[in-house]
Amino acid sequence: MNYSEHLRKVSVLGAAGKMGSGITLLTAMEMADQLLRDPEQVMELWAIDLSPRGLHGLMEYLKPQVLKAAEKKTVWLRQMYTGRPDLVENGEIIAAYVAFVLSLVNTSAHLSDAAGSTLVFEAIKEDPEVKIPVLREILRNGDGNTWFFTNTSSIPIIRLDEEAGLGGAIIGFHFYNPPAVQKLVELIPSGNTRPELVEFARQYARNLRKVVVESNDFAGFIGNGHFMRDALWAIETAGQMAKTMPIEHAIWIVNRISQEFLLRPMGIFQLIDYVGIDVAVYIMKVMNPYLPDEELVSPFFVNLVEKGIRGGQFSDGSQKEGFFRYEKGRPVAIINLQTLTYDPLDTVHAATHDLVGELPAPLSWKEVNFAPDKAEKLANFFAALSHMKTYGAGMAISYGRNSMRIAKLLVASGVARCEADVNKVMETGFYHAYGPVNEYFK
Amino acid sequence: MSNLRRKVYLTGGYNTVSLGTGRKEFNPKKARPGIEHYIKEAGQGCLAQIGGARNVDECVISNFMAARFNRQANLAGFFPMIDGELRYKPATRVEGACGSGGLALTAGIRAILAESAEVVLTLGVEVQNTVKAIYGADILAGAGWYASRKKGHAYFFPGQFSNRAGVYFEKYGRDITRKGMARWFRQAVENARTCPTAQEYHNTSADLDTLGLTEPDPASFVDHLTIYDCSKVSDGASAIAIVSDEGLRRTGIPREQAVEVIAWAQVEEDITQPPQDPAELSTIREAVRQVIERAGITMDQVGTVETHDCFTIAGIMGVEAMGLAEPGKGAQFVLDGHTARNGIIPFNTTGGLIGWGHPVGATGVHQAVTIWEQLTGRAGDSQIRLNPDRPYGLSVNMGGDDITVVAILYK
Repeated sequence: MNYSEHLRKVSVLGAAGKMGSGITLLTAMEMADQLLRDPEQVMELWAIDLSPRGLHGLMEYLKPQVLKAAEKKTVWLRQMYTGRPDLVENGEIIAAYVAFVLSLVNTSAHLSDAAGSTLVFEAIKEDPEVKIPVLREILRNGDGNTWFFTNTSSIPIIRLDEEAGLGGAIIGFHFYNPPAVQKLVELIPSGNTRPELVEFARQYARNLRKVVVESNDFAGFIGNGHFMRDALWAIETAGQMAKTMPIEHAIWIVNRISQEFLLRPMGIFQLIDYVGIDVAVYIMKVMNPYLPDEELVSPFFVNLVEKGIRGGQFSDGSQKEGFFRYEKGRPVAIINLQTLTYDPLDTVHAATHDLVGELPAPLSWKEVNFAPDKAEKLANFFAALSHMKTYGAGMAISYGRNSMRIAKLLVASGVARCEADVNKVMETGFYHAYGPVNEYFK
Repeated sequence: MSNLRRKVYLTGGYNTVSLGTGRKEFNPKKARPGIEHYIKEAGQGCLAQIGGARNVDECVISNFMAARFNRQANLAGFFPMIDGELRYKPATRVEGACGSGGLALTAGIRAILAESAEVVLTLGVEVQNTVKAIYGADILAGAGWYASRKKGHAYFFPGQFSNRAGVYFEKYGRDITRKGMARWFRQAVENARTCPTAQEYHNTSADLDTLGLTEPDPASFVDHLTIYDCSKVSDGASAIAIVSDEGLRRTGIPREQAVEVIAWAQVEEDITQPPQDPAELSTIREAVRQVIERAGITMDQVGTVETHDCFTIAGIMGVEAMGLAEPGKGAQFVLDGHTARNGIIPFNTTGGLIGWGHPVGATGVHQAVTIWEQLTGRAGDSQIRLNPDRPYGLSVNMGGDDITVVAILYK
């Protein structure tokens, strides 16, 4: 089978979820583009989810997204539609393309509709006990020729392969959230994955214009391998600091250091809120059994989740309360762990500002990340930081060094193939302005 | 040798801001003023300088595609909204694509010459940011022949001028021409930085030369141009009063606060035919030839020019069409600094279409306002020092791909 024959019938499982809807979008457009080039091909896409209401929401989501994508590739679309004299203006061509893409998407609430798929893209709950029986059932209903992509961010691929009996027909294809926007895909072949499936996955990712980093098959892979350890270090550090100050102050300081002093797009606790504290706890739980030399558990996070403080996002994309309360996407209040209410950040900020001290220069992630002279700006900023004697500067250096330690650990333990791959994941998947392996925190 | 049977003057010019990307106050996600806001501001801005609406005999408004950008036609009906005293006075809307403003000026000049009016309020307007650029391209394509749209580029007009640039590169050399185009871009932005209403007034890019030399990306845009070679999408209006000697007396405006129209030319080409030589703007050449001949002067006596640089390549080809440089030598003429604000013949001193902005139906009127400001010493930070041997100003306004052209010579 050639590339497009593997797209003859694609099923996305968990299609109404945040990841699934993005995967459905990208796959539908990839199919449409293949069909525009060669209309003789046969392709169908099944968006499968247990929630009919979610599937309705999926279609609502797809339309404006396809429209936005079509508006960006109208130059190409005009070439594809030269044989349609009835479509003259950009507006007509774009509308025709949107209708075409949407017409390829069949929605279903029944797993049985995935039978006979050439490719199944699995984006259901991050739980092996849920994933494995589903994969097994599809295999049983099919002709044995189904290939599987799994969007897991933490479960070893070999475990899914062996326990579902897939015989190497599965590869980790880990999008970052949201798939339509994030450039990075972590591709995770297990030792057992068939070479032709790896080749197909690479081609598919290239066609989606994604940046691919291949990771080895260790729980958490590169992205969560760094993020979870980074998060754990941050909360443990805050815990230490809390011996001499209120824990809320410590949390705010660590959050500020990780954002403002390290020039990251978000502070670490804001990022955990964004992902979901419950999701972080869950990923750690999945990863921990595979890490005999480490204890990847945060009782602090577990405790928060038990108290109902979970973070994550509402379906409209707005941020739920976690470590912080948000207004227009910005943290405005911080959780008070005694009362579980939120105290204004202004007060906490004022109380901790003098201790932390000033930044080496008035520079932000936004100002540096898109600057043409980014390397120079970063070098100057961190050179100045290294000469400062403040509490904030000292902590930033420890933070940066720990991040580098994690990156080196990922390479040493065989998760990442090289330091450059870790840097690429952090820069493209997490939007860091620079990778964790650098010269800034000597 | 004038073609005018009566003296005609322009005075009381007013420009709104040219709003669009580049202006700090522009936010594509927020609601913006409607077309009536621009008409009102420009109209009242002019009326305040000429003693009010009671002095006006007649009104002309130019606009290209409000019917599609704003779902609005019948634009003459906005004059009584500007000022109640314009109610029941004759008003006309004119359209000639990007050359609409030029047609408003010639319509106003004709009314003075016909002695049907002593004071004509002339106003041009376009509000284009109502749609995304990809759909705006469809609307603007109406300036070309409809039957050529299907074969045209997604960005139709950039596509047309990209094709012209391609032929020009082939004929006269790509490197030198692109350098000239990049210099044109730099001068446009630098001039715009002197003019508070200009769209590029807030532009702070440090290295305009490098930006101007960005390599085109045919996959996302056109083959031979980048966005820096193009005028932007703009919302704006300009107004100016066209008056007779009697009009000057009535409004109490001294002669030195007005410019005189020495000659004008209005030229039309066949919209259904492709250009005979894409490397030349032959309709502009003809319009300038006529206006210079009618005025009985030579281009050596022209001190400043407002030309229709919808694209940098159109600026360069315009220089050649005016006879200032031989065909193929326009880029060098620009690179030699002759069109710079301190050059021998400063062009587009408030930024032109690329720097000041291109609210399509207002552009021709905006050009006249700039010339009026320069020749009467009211251009503020944009003011150039005019050589006394070159006392004339020239404006060239083009509609479509060298189809509808108005050239006016002022003193």
